[in-house]
Amino acid sequence: MSKQLALVIDLNVCVGCHACVTSCKEWNTSGAAGFLSDDRPYGRDPTGTFFNRVQTFEVGEFPHTQTVHFPKSCLHCEDPPCVPVCPTGASYKRAEDGIVLVDYDKCIGCKYCSWACPYGARELDEHQKVMKKCTLCVDRIYDEHLPAAERKPACVMACPTSARLFGDVHDAESAVSRAIRDAGGYALMPEWGTHPANHYLPRRKTEITLHRDELERVDNPLKIDGKLPKPDVKAPSLDDSTTW
Amino acid sequence: MRPAFSVIFLTTLIGAGQGLFVALYSAEFGAWLSFWAMPSAQYFSLGCVLVLALLGAGLFASFFHLGRPERAWRSAAMWRNSWLSREVIVLPLFMAAVAAYGLAHHLRGAGDLTLTLGGAGVALALLLFVCTGMIYACLPFLQEWHTPLTVINYLLLGCASGFLLSTAWAAVQAPALLVTAAAWTAGVTLVALVMRGAALVRDASLRPKSTLQTAIGVKHPRIAQKAQGFMGGSFNTRDFFHGKSFAWLRLVKWGFLLLVFPLPLALLAGGAALASWPVLAAAFLLQYLGLLIERWFFFAQARHPQNLYYQAIS
Repeated sequence: MSKQLALVIDLNVCVGCHACVTSCKEWNTSGAAGFLSDDRPYGRDPTGTFFNRVQTFEVGEFPHTQTVHFPKSCLHCEDPPCVPVCPTGASYKRAEDGIVLVDYDKCIGCKYCSWACPYGARELDEHQKVMKKCTLCVDRIYDEHLPAAERKPACVMACPTSARLFGDVHDAESAVSRAIRDAGGYALMPEWGTHPANHYLPRRKTEITLHRDELERVDNPLKIDGKLPKPDVKAPSLDDSTTW
Repeated sequence: MRPAFSVIFLTTLIGAGQGLFVALYSAEFGAWLSFWAMPSAQYFSLGCVLVLALLGAGLFASFFHLGRPERAWRSAAMWRNSWLSREVIVLPLFMAAVAAYGLAHHLRGAGDLTLTLGGAGVALALLLFVCTGMIYACLPFLQEWHTPLTVINYLLLGCASGFLLSTAWAAVQAPALLVTAAAWTAGVTLVALVMRGAALVRDASLRPKSTLQTAIGVKHPRIAQKAQGFMGGSFNTRDFFHGKSFAWLRLVKWGFLLLVFPLPLALLAGGAALASWPVLAAAFLLQYLGLLIERWFFFAQARHPQNLYYQAIS
C-alpha cells in the first residue's frame, strides 16, 4: 500500500495555546506559494486565511464539564470529496504520499470544492482569489536543507505538549499508527465515507488507584500506626552510641 | 449556504433558455407530425436569438462567480468526474446547436436539417439540465440537494419558465399555436409544482446525519462551542451562512410558491384568453422573479455540515 501522510492530534494533551495556528500561518505565508491573506489584523473586524484553527468546546453540564480544545485543519481524506468535483484538476491527491493539494496556478476560485468538503477545511484567499488549505507543509517535510528532525509540518514542530504527531498512517508500525491503535484514534464525521487520514485521540481520564495497604502498613497488628510513642528527647540516639 | 447571486442568475436564465428551446422544437415537431400548422421561420429563428440571449446572459452571470475568471477555460478539463466541468462543456455546445438550428430555419426553413439539428439541441438542453442539477445533487452531505428531485426540479422549473416565454412568443409570432402553448405551459407548471412541493416535503422531514458529536468525535449529548478559533469572520462564516431568520426563510418559501405557480398561471389564463402578449410577458417576468427567489431559497435552505464547527464566536 502506498504512503499516506497524516497528523494525529491528541485531544487529551492539547491545551489550546494556538501555537500550531501561528506557526502554520508564519510558515505558510512566507513560502513560494505566496502570502496568506491577513486583513485588518489589529482592526475591528480582522479576517484572513488560515490552514489551521483551534476551536474550543465545553462537554457536559456544570460542574461536570470538560474543556476540549480541538485543532482543525484539512484531514487529507483517503477518499477526498473535494477532488473529483474540481472542474480544472487544480485540486488533487498525490499518489506518492496521499497529501491533498491545490494547484494555485490552475484554481479558478469557483468554490465548488469548499461546498464539497463537509469539514470546512478549505478557505478562499480573498486577495489571490484561489482556494487554499493545509499542505501538510509539503515544502518543508521533504526539504533536505533542513535537519532530518525538522522535516515535519510547522504545527507539529510548534506544539509545546506534543499533541500533534506526524507520520504515515499506512505503515502499521509508525508512531502515528501505533497511537491510533493503542489510544483509540478516530476519524471525524465517519458517516460520509471520506476516510480522513488525520485522526484524533480521545480525551482520557487520568486516575491513580490507591489501595488501602499502600497508605497503611498491612502488618500492623494493633492498628495504631502513627500513634507509637516518640522516643524521649533525652533518650540516647544513634549518634550518641555510634562512632562513625 | 449563502446564496450566490451569480449562480442564481446563471441557473434561472439558462433554465429559461433551455425551456424555450424545448418549446420551440416541440412546436416544430408537432407540426411535423401534423398536429398543427408549421409556424413561420421567424418564430424559430428569432426565437433562437431569444434563447441565445438568455443563455449568453446566464453565461455572463456565471463569470462573476469565479475568483479568477481569466482562467475559466481550464474548467473544461475534468469532464470525466466533475459535473461542473461537464456543464461548462455542454453549455457552449448547446449554444452552438441553438445557433445552427436558428440559422437553418432562417436560411432554409423547416425541414429534415432543422429537425435533426433541433433534436440534437433538445438532447443537449436536457443534458445541460442534468449537468446543472447534478452539480448540486451529487454532494451527499448537502442532504437537501442530494436527491433526484434536484435534477427533476431544475428541469421542470426551467421548462415551465421557457414554455411560459414561448407562449408569449407564440402570441407575437404564431397566434395559431397560442392555445396549445398555453395548455402545455400550464401542464408543465403544474407538474413542476407537484415536484417542487415533493422536494419541500422531503426537506421538512430531513434529519441531519452529522451532529456536533460526530463533528468532533465526542459522544457526550451536551456539547457547547466556546470558541471557533477567531473572533472576526472567515471564509467559513461568510460563505456558508445566509444570516436570515427562520421566519424570513418561511416567508421566502411561500413567496416563491405564490410567484412561480398560481400568479403566473392566472396571468397565463388571462393572457391566453385575451391573446395579449404583454400580459403573457408579464406572467413570464413575474414567474422569473419567483424563480430567482426559489433559487435563493434552494441555496439558503441547504445546511452545510461545516456549519457545526462555527456555532459560537466565544
